[in-house]
Amino acid sequence: MEALIALVIGVLTAGGVFLSLRGQTFPVVLGLTLLSYAVNLFLFIMGRLAIGLPPVITDNAQGYTDPLPQALVLTAIVISFGMTAFVIVLALKARAELGNDHVDGLQSEEDRD
Amino acid sequence: MSAAMHLPILPVVLPLFAGVVLLALRNTPLWLQRGLSVAATLALIPFAFALIGAAADGSHLVYKLGNWSAPYGIVLVADRLAAWMLLTTALLAIFALLYALRGIDSEGRHFHVLFQLQLFGLNGAFLTGDLFNLFVFFEILLLASYGLLLHGGGRLRVKAGLHYVVINLVGSTLFLFAVGTLYGISGTLNMADLAVKIAAAPPENAALLQSAALLLFGVFALKAALLPLYLWLPAAYAHTSAPVAALFAIMTKVGAYSILRVYSLMAGDVPGPLSNLLDAWLAPLALATLALGTLGALASSGLRQQAAYLVVASVGTLLLAFGLGNADALAAGLYYLPHTAFATAALFLLADQIARARGGLADRFESGPEMPRAPVLGGLFFFVAMAIAGMPPLSGFLGKFMLLKAALSEPLLVWVWGVVLIAGLATVIALARSGSLLFYRTHSAHGDASLVAPDTAALTPVVALLLLVVILTVWAGPLSAYATETAMQLLDPQQYIDAVLGVAP
Repeated sequence: MEALIALVIGVLTAGGVFLSLRGQTFPVVLGLTLLSYAVNLFLFIMGRLAIGLPPVITDNAQGYTDPLPQALVLTAIVISFGMTAFVIVLALKARAELGNDHVDGLQSEEDRD
Repeated sequence: MSAAMHLPILPVVLPLFAGVVLLALRNTPLWLQRGLSVAATLALIPFAFALIGAAADGSHLVYKLGNWSAPYGIVLVADRLAAWMLLTTALLAIFALLYALRGIDSEGRHFHVLFQLQLFGLNGAFLTGDLFNLFVFFEILLLASYGLLLHGGGRLRVKAGLHYVVINLVGSTLFLFAVGTLYGISGTLNMADLAVKIAAAPPENAALLQSAALLLFGVFALKAALLPLYLWLPAAYAHTSAPVAALFAIMTKVGAYSILRVYSLMAGDVPGPLSNLLDAWLAPLALATLALGTLGALASSGLRQQAAYLVVASVGTLLLAFGLGNADALAAGLYYLPHTAFATAALFLLADQIARARGGLADRFESGPEMPRAPVLGGLFFFVAMAIAGMPPLSGFLGKFMLLKAALSEPLLVWVWGVVLIAGLATVIALARSGSLLFYRTHSAHGDASLVAPDTAALTPVVALLLLVVILTVWAGPLSAYATETAMQLLDPQQYIDAVLGVAP
């Protein structure tokens, strides 16, 4: 289980890094989204993997799962969601202002007429 | 509960409240929004003074949110360093805002809302005693800064803004990875508790802790624009509007503050896996940043770009002081911090007036028309250049002198003296060259209507910021004594830990 989760986080991060190094804004936005998925999963796992255990104190509980990472990841999800929305709008604005979707605003050959 | 007990949270709550109210008032007349924004920003100054007064005796004001005691709840901690940063921010913000009232605030929507939320994020980041909370306040100040940076729009601004946003989003992700790793190992995010847990961590976790701490350092270095992570700064600062660039003079200092705060607690001169972790990195990188920032200033093609590179150079000087790490060097850095914030802010504001006075040429370094009211602009430019280059008798000189003196006992002595002195000389050359080009190599401009004479009201914030530099110089004695006491407090993290975790001193 741990190995699978670690693999998933690793693949998500690798994909995110690869995409955010691309030259067009859309892959960059996708890359940032993948990175934020990876980090959310990572934060969540930092409370250790536990199945079927309550996060709050109850009678006759066998053990507990750590509730704090769940609260943290909730905050992180909200923030990354807002940021993604913002960066999409900004990318659209850049597309409109610069006339192309390159991150450096370069004019491609066919644009130059 | 007396009102004084709530003092540490007021600088956080007030801008948030003002921002929300301003958002609700967005369709009201502009003078009402301006009045409210100015009043809310002005009110931060007495709060900051009150906090300095309360923290000056060396006590830590710990504010428990929801009355949950640390490490279970989130705490705000106001000590000498936090109060010092709050005062610098408040003074810088009010003059940046007064300049924005000249019409820049109405070029786009929600300027005042974003400005107040920016202050909310900044003040929160300076006061919080919790690592995840620091992340949240970073996000708040960044999101507000994205809006402010793009305020007014324009092609170059959007392009620089896109780079700034993307690199900071990557930085936020790395911040979360570092925070997650630290939590996974130590089970806490309270900075004081983290310091205790890390010092007691078993050796098999040392490598993980070190990688998390260095990852966190990378994030703070990105915010502070330390080499090699400074490339986003010149374009972003050069292309945004002048009052925003002036306010952003404090933004790089947030990164420097975080490095100082987190690493004085976690990786100070105490036994543990992170002991003296940054010693090998911070000072050499800061020296390289200083050198490259100065070279950038020499090679700049416009005044605002030059000002942006001078911000990079000032970050180098500041982090050099923090990197040397002895009490005198820290005091020099803390004394230099408000000076450089005020001086670079004044340069950004003045550069905007110069650009307006030169019509279509703006701030490019080309010989252009004679500016209207050139003697006033030139006199102010001379004053600002003296302050930034660290020429005597102003406070920049005193700060650098304290730094050079503190380096005497350090192994990096030759490098520090060499780089700081040569960079100072190169800054003088760069600013003298731009000054002579802008003010002397001119041709007469009869009847050119595109040149806007700088009005007195727009120059007042510049003069006021310069007056703050003069105040820093005149009261150098008590202020540097305060900085020294702050440095002593930082070098004894046990005080902070005891205050936060509620151990009787």
